[in-house]
Amino acid sequence: MSEKIEIVEKILNKNDQLALKNYNIFDEAGILSINLMASPGAGKTSLIEITIKNLIDNYHIAVVDGDIATNIDAERAAAVGATAVQINTGGGCHLDAKMLSDVIPDINLQEHDLLIIENVGNLICPASFPLGTDKSILIASIPEGDDKPYKYPPMYTGVDVLIINKIDLLPYIPFDMDYFIRGVEILNPGIKTFPVSCITLEGIDNWLDWLSKEVNKKRTSRSDR
Amino acid sequence: MHELPVTESLLDISLKHAQKANATQIKDIYLVIGQLASIIDDSVEFYWEIVSKGTIAENAKLHFRRIPTEFLCLDCNHKYNPPDNDFLCPKCNSAHIKIIKGREFYIEAIDIETEELAKKHNT
Repeated sequence: MSEKIEIVEKILNKNDQLALKNYNIFDEAGILSINLMASPGAGKTSLIEITIKNLIDNYHIAVVDGDIATNIDAERAAAVGATAVQINTGGGCHLDAKMLSDVIPDINLQEHDLLIIENVGNLICPASFPLGTDKSILIASIPEGDDKPYKYPPMYTGVDVLIINKIDLLPYIPFDMDYFIRGVEILNPGIKTFPVSCITLEGIDNWLDWLSKEVNKKRTSRSDR
Repeated sequence: MHELPVTESLLDISLKHAQKANATQIKDIYLVIGQLASIIDDSVEFYWEIVSKGTIAENAKLHFRRIPTEFLCLDCNHKYNPPDNDFLCPKCNSAHIKIIKGREFYIEAIDIETEELAKKHNT
């Protein structure tokens, strides 16, 4: 004989609660935090490099790099002037709020304006583990194909900004932009989108303008205190 | 892909509610998983055996209720389960869509054994 008890509790609550804590820490420090997600090879590290190079004169930037192994990405970010912290997940397919909160003490948040978190290259798992950042950003890239929103809906649903990288390859690759955008719009109506190329630098200014505005907004909230 | 932390979280939540109810054993766990939640049943079952060992949830049976993805067309109010390769409304071809089902991921209920229940059963 047994008794049934009704629960109805979200399974990832623990991560979400920790994410909220992270969010409050970043907010208190007045630092803009962004979680960059993408499949491997979409151009996360390249975009971070370009972003740092262009903004490092105006802002103090910190980068947290999530990878299964190696320090390659953190070194690339450090080489262009950012404070870089590497998290090796040891095979784990995503960063979670706990891994991020563990490295927060390694960064002097008060002395930085922008925190860029480079998630593990993966279009599935990072979508389920919010980190507590101000913005979740997905980088799609042309060679991945135009069907990705249809194949990975949770990732496309849960982000605030979409960057479409490698647009310089559009003439060489069968990629139906209308079909792609239609899938994105259905999953995430009105999402802010930046088509860019990290090679020709087309569209990069729009991304940098938007990001700078967001950083300034956050800095203003800090100086108000 | 990330079923281990998910399964650990599942165990934590089940144990928390079972302890509140003075359970001596958890016999069944009822899960609701939407098609968009990207969780694989088999993989959860695999980790479940490992993480539940030595707890009152050991040997509890996991029941998965799958919720298919359902869209609502905001132009013609048609509700439909989208095919894999296109999301457009099959009736009016609109792209003005709301996702109404498929993102669920929660524990609905657990079946527990308590000393009280065991006593009742024996008398």
